[in-house]
Amino acid sequence: MKKEIVILSAGAVLFAAALLVPASFALPRFILFLLAFCISGAEVITGAVKGIMRGNIFNENTLMVTAAIGAFCIGEYAEAVFVVLFYRVGELFEDYAVTRSRRSISEVMNICPEYANRIEDGVVCRRDPEDVEIGDILLVGPGERVPLDGVVIDGSSFADTSALTGESVPRRVDAGDEILSGCINKNAALKIRVTKTFEDSTVSRILELVESASARKSTAERFITKFAKYYTPVVLVCALLLAVVPPLVLEGALFADYIYRALSFLVVSCPCALVISVPLAFFGGIGAAAKKGILIKGGNYLEVLSKTDTAVFDKTGTLTKGTFAVRQIHTEGMSEEELLFLAAHAESASLHPIAQSIREAYGREIDTSRIGTSEETAGYGIRTAVDGRTVLAGNAKLMAQIGLSCPVYGDGTHVYIAADGVYVGCIRIADVLKADAASGIASLKKAGIRETYMLTGDNRHTAESTAAEVGIDRVKSELLPDEKVAELEKILSSASGTTIYAGDGINDAPVLALADVGIAMGALGSDAAIEAADIVIMTDEIGKIETAIRTAKKTMGIAKQNIVFSVLIKVGILVLCSLNIVGMDIAVFGDVGVMVLAVLNSFRVLRN
Amino acid sequence: MKVKIKLNGLCCANCAAKIEEKTAKLDGVESVSVNFLTEKMILCAEDAKLDAVKAQIEKIVHKIEPDVEIAYI
Repeated sequence: MKKEIVILSAGAVLFAAALLVPASFALPRFILFLLAFCISGAEVITGAVKGIMRGNIFNENTLMVTAAIGAFCIGEYAEAVFVVLFYRVGELFEDYAVTRSRRSISEVMNICPEYANRIEDGVVCRRDPEDVEIGDILLVGPGERVPLDGVVIDGSSFADTSALTGESVPRRVDAGDEILSGCINKNAALKIRVTKTFEDSTVSRILELVESASARKSTAERFITKFAKYYTPVVLVCALLLAVVPPLVLEGALFADYIYRALSFLVVSCPCALVISVPLAFFGGIGAAAKKGILIKGGNYLEVLSKTDTAVFDKTGTLTKGTFAVRQIHTEGMSEEELLFLAAHAESASLHPIAQSIREAYGREIDTSRIGTSEETAGYGIRTAVDGRTVLAGNAKLMAQIGLSCPVYGDGTHVYIAADGVYVGCIRIADVLKADAASGIASLKKAGIRETYMLTGDNRHTAESTAAEVGIDRVKSELLPDEKVAELEKILSSASGTTIYAGDGINDAPVLALADVGIAMGALGSDAAIEAADIVIMTDEIGKIETAIRTAKKTMGIAKQNIVFSVLIKVGILVLCSLNIVGMDIAVFGDVGVMVLAVLNSFRVLRN
Repeated sequence: MKVKIKLNGLCCANCAAKIEEKTAKLDGVESVSVNFLTEKMILCAEDAKLDAVKAQIEKIVHKIEPDVEIAYI
């Protein structure tokens, strides 16, 4: 790079000197131009010769050299030197810009662990993560990156998952917890038993996914590659025609003049700016999303996502956490605490998730000495004694057995409690909404989603109340898995834009595959979901869908700007060159200048 | 079989596109994608023809971009 700058500076000085020499000193002037040309153009000329020797005739070096030598031969010395000089300067800028974007993308993707500390016969040895096998024990010190997926067997610490999920709050890990590669261990040393090989570990899977995303090209990318393919030959043919036809047809037209114009064409004929501008924007978009914990499997999905106006959601595990919790307590003639005490003790022996959530809500130790004999009837509930009182805890059918009728308060499961034959209250247990479900849906509507649907196998009452709570407009409930597919087909055919489906990816693979874009939520560590979806959101946040749509729109915007901008400038310069309004100096800008600007524009997508 | 090939010094986007296009036409290649930004080629080829394909790819790369160094990863 430095050597290059010295050479080009020398070329520039000679060029300036030549320009200062008055035209009357023809020979010294010519020699200065020739020296400047040879010095600045040496690299381009050798590149051209190499290309021709290998049979690659139309490469950008040969085009530039032909233009420059041609200009020299028709006496346009200054133009000739200018072209080679600024072509090289432009290339330098180009290299710099490409290196910078390569670097910022690799920073985004900088989650790859470089080593693993394996414990071998009690001694810690630094190994290549690829050499570590399943079952090996690793030591991960504070500040180090977890190299492979595993289970913590000793120690407790906080894990920073931000490189994987974009989530900045560290997660607590203790012995027995699963830990994923790519996390950074924050506080204390952890011993980890490896459960997956490096190739199957989360880090490798994420990198693989993002890298191979360039294989699925968007229409914009396909258009520009196709355009570039025809662009160079067409411009070359035009150049040839421009050099020959007008001097033969038009009166007074000179060959030298039109050959000069044709040579300017050669300068603009390199398609590189076109070819790089679009994929760079897409790769940047995919990289920027990955940094926020959103994995996009191809440029085509960004394109589809940017046109989305319909969003379809699964309920359990997507909008809700899929775990049960006490939502509401109604009492009659006793305090809430007393009721919870009775219920928790009555349900103390049950392994049912409902019983578990009641015990969690109670939150204190269960005193088993206060419980008498229990009798559980499946489908009804429990009959037991607490502190000598006969306690019944169960559903309405159990209450009906002793002649009590019970109120219904809302969705979810109701556990009714009776003490000594008297109804004392009800505990309503329901699935919990994700913290950002409602705000996430609201942000989607702001981002241009017009139709929101919920597809669920749950009953109508629960489905409708959940939908109302999060702000989803249309609900299809009590659906069997194949009915979900049929419902989505109906939605797809009626939607004007494209449709996204967001699910937890566990049992809705066919629906994920059917949607225009299938989004798996909270998929960190779930291979099945990562496999089935087009976009994978590593965390649980619904709001990330809006982030993905915003990134998609921004990427598409930049890609389109780059296409329009580079095509217009190139065509514009060609027209101006053919009319001799601009010369070869501006034509050089049409090549390297456009490319540098397109690369710089693509940078914007990496910034928030 | 899937192979990753690093193309160090890949400096022109159009050349990357040409390399991808020419490689895709080789006998035994199932799919190929050249990523200009990561300077990587991801190649899927029939096992039996892999060595022949690799040799062809080296020729293609050196013809289009003589300064690129090829490394198998």
